[in-house]
Amino acid sequence: MTIELLLDDAWFPVCDDALLTPGRGVAALLPDGSQAALFQDRHGALYAIGNRDPFTGAYVLSRGLLGSAAGRAYVASPLLKQRFDLATGTCLDDESVSTASYAVRSQ
Amino acid sequence: MAVDTMAGGTTDVPTVPTIVLVGHGMVGQRFLEALADRGVTERARVVVLCEEPRAAYDRVHLTSYFSGTTPDGLALAEDGFMEKHGIELRLGDPALTVDRAARTVTARSGLTFGYDTLVLATGSFPFVPPVPGKDTEGCFVYRTIEDLLAIEEYAATGGTGTVVGGGLLGLEAAGALKGLGLDTHVVEFAPRLMPVQIDEGGGEALRRTIEEMGVTVHTGVGTQAIVAGEDGRVAAMSLSDGSTLTTGLVVFSAGVRPRDQLARECGLPVGERGGIVVDEQCRTEDEAVYAIGECALASDGRVYGLVAPGYEMAETAAKAIAGDAGSFKGADLSTKLKLLGVDVASFGDAHGATPGCLDVLYSDSRSGVYKKLVVSREGVLLGGILVGDADSYGMLRPMTGSVPPVPPERLVLPAGAGGPVELGPSSLPDTAVICSCHNVTKGAILGAVTEHSCTTVPQLKKCTKAGTGCGSCLKVLGQLLPPAEDKGLCGCFAHTRQELYEIVRALRVTSFAALLDSHGREAARGGEGCEVCKPAVASVIASLAPSIGAPVHVLDGGQAALQDTNDHFLANLQRNGSYSIVPRIPGGEITPEKLIVIGEVARDFGLYTKITGGQRIDLFGARVDQLPLIWTRLVDAGFESGHAYGKALRTVKSCVGSTWCRYGVQDSVKMAIGLELRYRGLRSPHKLKSAVSGCARECAEARGKDFGIIATASGWNLYVGGNGGADPRHADLLAQDLSDAELVRLIDRFLMFYIRTADRLERTSAWLERIEGGLEHVRDVVVHDSLGICDELESLMSAHVAGYRDEWADTINDPERLSRFVSFVNAPDVPDPSVRFVEERDQVKPDLDLLAGPVLLAGPTLAIRTLEGTVTA
Ligand SMILES: Cc1cc2nc3c(=O)[nH]c(=O)nc-3n(C[C@H](O)[C@H](O)[C@H](O)COP(=O)(O)OP(=O)(O)OC[C@H]3O[C@@H](n4cnc5c(N)ncnc54)[C@H](O)[C@@H]3O)c2cc1C
Ligand code: SF4
Ligand code: FES
Repeated sequence: MTIELLLDDAWFPVCDDALLTPGRGVAALLPDGSQAALFQDRHGALYAIGNRDPFTGAYVLSRGLLGSAAGRAYVASPLLKQRFDLATGTCLDDESVSTASYAVRSQ
Repeated sequence: MAVDTMAGGTTDVPTVPTIVLVGHGMVGQRFLEALADRGVTERARVVVLCEEPRAAYDRVHLTSYFSGTTPDGLALAEDGFMEKHGIELRLGDPALTVDRAARTVTARSGLTFGYDTLVLATGSFPFVPPVPGKDTEGCFVYRTIEDLLAIEEYAATGGTGTVVGGGLLGLEAAGALKGLGLDTHVVEFAPRLMPVQIDEGGGEALRRTIEEMGVTVHTGVGTQAIVAGEDGRVAAMSLSDGSTLTTGLVVFSAGVRPRDQLARECGLPVGERGGIVVDEQCRTEDEAVYAIGECALASDGRVYGLVAPGYEMAETAAKAIAGDAGSFKGADLSTKLKLLGVDVASFGDAHGATPGCLDVLYSDSRSGVYKKLVVSREGVLLGGILVGDADSYGMLRPMTGSVPPVPPERLVLPAGAGGPVELGPSSLPDTAVICSCHNVTKGAILGAVTEHSCTTVPQLKKCTKAGTGCGSCLKVLGQLLPPAEDKGLCGCFAHTRQELYEIVRALRVTSFAALLDSHGREAARGGEGCEVCKPAVASVIASLAPSIGAPVHVLDGGQAALQDTNDHFLANLQRNGSYSIVPRIPGGEITPEKLIVIGEVARDFGLYTKITGGQRIDLFGARVDQLPLIWTRLVDAGFESGHAYGKALRTVKSCVGSTWCRYGVQDSVKMAIGLELRYRGLRSPHKLKSAVSGCARECAEARGKDFGIIATASGWNLYVGGNGGADPRHADLLAQDLSDAELVRLIDRFLMFYIRTADRLERTSAWLERIEGGLEHVRDVVVHDSLGICDELESLMSAHVAGYRDEWADTINDPERLSRFVSFVNAPDVPDPSVRFVEERDQVKPDLDLLAGPVLLAGPTLAIRTLEGTVTA
């Protein structure tokens, strides 16, 4: 099964789903040179948001720890620990900050 | 006669009044504090004549010297106290005479001091019965640190030791002799032990328990003579029943007598049985002279041999001198002690002297528990005696004088028989004195909680002084604090880290998901956990891995998903998304060849290098995909992971020690390397640092470490709980003069006990301060095995040592694990273009401007830093 991200109306194939570890993320390089962070939770659900941590500018969100609160999955930045909702890319600790979010599927 | 050259002699014309304090013991120091609190030290010159060679120390806890507390650790005055308040403390310079007409005191140094106010706080001297041979070499008393040092030295050869006197101090001395490895006897003239404090039943219970510990008790016999051997040293003791006791050392502990000689000689009235007569303000017949503490005969006609009444007298005298109202009319003789590990407490009318009073008694000789309460016919609690289990003392003593809320029998029966009564302090009135050492009421403690927002016992101690004396009120202090809010680890677990550790260990839980679903909070079950509990649980599982059957490598099994990025990539994430690398350099010792390899690797990969405080080298600026390449080179050269990325043992620093240093007394480098190799890879609640110094000069700064070792002429001293950082703390001495093997065994136990009981991210320093009983408790557990868990702690550590494998060597030899080390899952060969560098001082540093832009648009075709060096696009 291939994981695909929706970019400008087209599905972009990223990788085989076997390359994901439940509970962790990986980074993907997108055709325009930007980066996405791809996650799978322990029940198999997939998420993708931008890889850049808006607080530090570093491309590291894919290396954060996955968590859940009130049933919603988030990732905590490995640098300064701000949490980002995986479905929307919004920062849970500062709603004025967000990163991109992408639709994702396994085909 | 007076050599009067120094300021303070009689020829001085003092512009401010002078207060001279004679005796710097416990009460003397308390008096100085009370003067300072009232601002008197700012208005008056204060001179202290101190007979002992050291400033006031905690005599009550004198015996703790034998369990490792240093003389310095017993000191009472805070550092800088004398300087801060301008007090002139003259050590080793006792007062010899007082001239009341001239208002002067002459000291042994020959100096004479004029006074406006003289305060005598000379304490007591140990009474030595006038038996023949009492001055034979090998006879001691038990009162000062110097006495203890002398006993310790004399006892070094072993043999038998006998204590004359089975009272409070005698039993303490017996405990000390036992601890020194002597075959110990106690000879008591009265028919039972502790005749002053407890009754016959209590004495019996105490005797049985003490004898079970191997101390031989002789009651109802007196000492008739001390017999010297041919070498002139003590050889035996003859007793009043005609028998002879062979013994090489004698400690007299047959009571104390007030030191009132100075007062006698200057014509002040003293009591028939000694003690300087004072009134309710602690003033003697002479307005200008006060007497406080054990040397005083209080206005109620008693001499108090306990510290709490002495403190009250100190306060009273200070008030009188400051012109404030106050009085000391007498105190009760309540005490709680731990004698040879047995709790003994007596309070109020312990002997039932009140006419018409009744006893309520519970006694169980199997467990050595004896409890007696004395109540009036109306049910008012008058006093009591508790032996073997004195937990309820802290509650019962303040209740004295009132009718307890439950029938008295329920207060002495054990839980289960007649119902458990854990009476809480809520049943006490606000006026009840909770801490009798410092006379602090329940109301004052509640005030500290509400007005000064104290939330912990240490804060209460600081704020109210309660609990800083004998410590018997600590339990009740804890109960007076508001219930701590949710102690759970995080939103996912209601358990603490320590509880989770026990669950994981007992149930052998090897996966986070299983633990969360079985023991998480209801709402968190089935979820992902969070960034707090995942690494915490990962650390618990990792530290138990070899014994619960979990994979040892942190990247194996379900553990991979739990580790934060540092553990996940076995390197330290830095601000631009690059990583730093720290190879292990055990003890800070490295060969030139290895040093060259590090230099070459750094040069070839364009890494920034910096020497760390832990005597190793940190290499910065590696991309994820470079980590395996770098480590392949390092592992080939014999390096292994330094675990700088983990909550684990970091380094064991060392000085060069006896091999090179002219002062060194042990091989500190060898020990440091041994320890670092033993504990490498050990996962713990927080990072662990250590150091070994080759002598007391302490060049390795071992006392700033979680566990620090300092060489002595005969072995090693082990210090624990130190740290540097934002809130530095010096490590405390845990044990002294250990052999190599003893040292390692003790560290094994200490570390495992810490790992087992600490909270998440709690350094050893904070842990030591938090856990109930503090350092003493930890020492009991790891040195004396009071919980009986040392075997288990040691076997956990041996399992760790046996199971250790280098994480990096395992990783580079495993294609599956290596596949993780790519910048992009969909472009494994493309390096991350956002990780770039600029130059500074001939090395690289992160290019932060590059990251500052809103979005980085850079094609994978961009030139980036290569093996050949830093090349920009
Ligand atoms: C082993 C031990 C255990 C104890 N346990 C307890 C306990 O559990 N609970 C409790 O309440 N009490 C206990 N006590 C008693 C307690 O230590 C004393 O009540 C307390 O120390 C009295 O304080 P103080 O200042 O009056 O006398 P001290 O502490 O004895 O101080 C008097 C000081 O005056 C000095 N001095 C004497 N003459 C002169 C002079 N002419 N010039 C200058 N200096 C002079 C002495 O050298 C001494 O340093 C214990 C005592 C000992 C020895
Ligand atoms: S601690 Fe002692 S042995 Fe070590 S370097 Fe310093 S002086 Fe030398
Ligand atoms: S009662 Fe002794 S410290 Fe509180």
